[in-house]
Amino acid sequence: MIELHDLTKVYRARGRAVTALDGVSLTVAEGEIHGVIGRSGAGKSTLLRSVNVLERPDGGSVRIDGADLLTLSRDALRAARRRIGMIHQHFGLLGSRDVTGNVAFPLEVIGVPRRDRLRRAAELLELVGLSEHAHARPAQLSGGQKQRVGIARALAAEPKVLLSDEATSALDPETTDSVLDLLRRLNRELGLTILLITHEMNVVKRICDSTSLMRDGRITESGKVLDLLAAPGSELARGLFPLPPPTVRPGTTLLDVTFVGADAATPFISSLARTYSIDVNVLGGSIEEVGDTRVGRLRIELPGTPELNAPQIAHLRESGLTLEIAACATT
Amino acid sequence: MRDHLTVALQETLQMVWVSAVLTALGGLALGVLLVLTDRGGLAPSAPVNRVLGLVVNIGRSLPFIILMIAVIPLTRALVGTTIGTAAAIVPLTIGAIPFYARLAETALREVDPGVVAAARAMGASRRQIVGKVLLREARPGLVAGMTVTVITLVGYSAMAGAIGGGGLGDLAIRYGYLRFETGTMIACVAVLIVLVQVIQMLGDLVVRRLSHK
Repeated sequence: MIELHDLTKVYRARGRAVTALDGVSLTVAEGEIHGVIGRSGAGKSTLLRSVNVLERPDGGSVRIDGADLLTLSRDALRAARRRIGMIHQHFGLLGSRDVTGNVAFPLEVIGVPRRDRLRRAAELLELVGLSEHAHARPAQLSGGQKQRVGIARALAAEPKVLLSDEATSALDPETTDSVLDLLRRLNRELGLTILLITHEMNVVKRICDSTSLMRDGRITESGKVLDLLAAPGSELARGLFPLPPPTVRPGTTLLDVTFVGADAATPFISSLARTYSIDVNVLGGSIEEVGDTRVGRLRIELPGTPELNAPQIAHLRESGLTLEIAACATT
Repeated sequence: MRDHLTVALQETLQMVWVSAVLTALGGLALGVLLVLTDRGGLAPSAPVNRVLGLVVNIGRSLPFIILMIAVIPLTRALVGTTIGTAAAIVPLTIGAIPFYARLAETALREVDPGVVAAARAMGASRRQIVGKVLLREARPGLVAGMTVTVITLVGYSAMAGAIGGGGLGDLAIRYGYLRFETGTMIACVAVLIVLVQVIQMLGDLVVRRLSHK
């Protein structure tokens, strides 16, 4: 649905050049929610704004459902943008219009007759649960309500793709969750493809099917969230399930074990302890829901060096768990 | 004295009213162009922006009394005469347009760039963005700026007596000062004060109506 190929963008200001996009390629399948995560300055905002060409990349191609948007004429590009919804960190609502007027605005831009606009706006407000605020002014709404208006407005022209520019970064955690749940519901009910950028791991954890990590204008890791969690050495996995820096006691080995879905039900610690008659120490861990799947990460301590623990490690690997040796004592 | 005063007030109102309407149109257009052509604007063009900025600054640096004399040829070409109320409208408008253009520019810049970005993302054309987003969102600021401009025009119009424009300022100088009619002087000043008060009040009222904070 969204195919970005080899995008480059360099900003030049007062003789200094800043590379915002350094050859970024990214594909988002239809009906998928993809989250690009990274620190501020990583280039993710430029990436998102390239998708509807609010920012024109220096090179590469942007295909949404076929045509390359970078080759379109000004008019054709405007027509293409109407099929791409966008929501913004600071909502971007018109203060001079009420909620209905804001939601109906994209339709006014296209030239839909007033009666149809109002009917569609009412439907959309129902969809996002804001019917009773139809005639409120944006300034009278809470942040979460404003973003719901933003979402309703983004959907007005029935786009197949929604771009989300840090849509929940200005919201408190509870409101964030409810807005994310709304996006997830719209994704399922309307088959909406969503590309979002965020700096919050929680957003990726809660609603994304796939994710990319962006750093210095490049995508350094990309894939299905669950696959990445199971991939050893994944920075995203570490970010999603942070464990404290390892401190190892002499003569022991620290293992970080990741278990996904059904694995989470395997009582591997007790089986390890029984089979090898060793003491297994649990030092830290967390279990969370990623989408509908339960994922956990556990740091355990085994007596002896990694070499001594080879059979135990093999045993864990055989039972389908992903593990990494976090640290071991050198002597 | 009452007759003089009534006529003078009418002349002032006529000069201010007509030049205010023309200034609103001209100043707004210039203000929009300044914002559009600025770096990062919707139609960035450094040369156009620089030229417009220069024109506006020149217009604003000329003292009104000098401007009034400088534009006499233009006034004659446009109105057919260089004296009288109608003739005064030309320099008043030319003097006020750059003034209002800067105020309009400032008001338009106050519009949240995020709202403009959202409109662009929707596929709105530049014309739609100017009409439906910039001008509409900036209405309170534009009206507040217009209030200041109209009051400035009242002040400028007092100098229009110099080219026979008439009005309250003219009456105050010719009768109040030159003929030592202190009563006329005080009356003129009182009417001007009331006029300015009324304009400010009306302006504030409209701004409050338009703001939705």
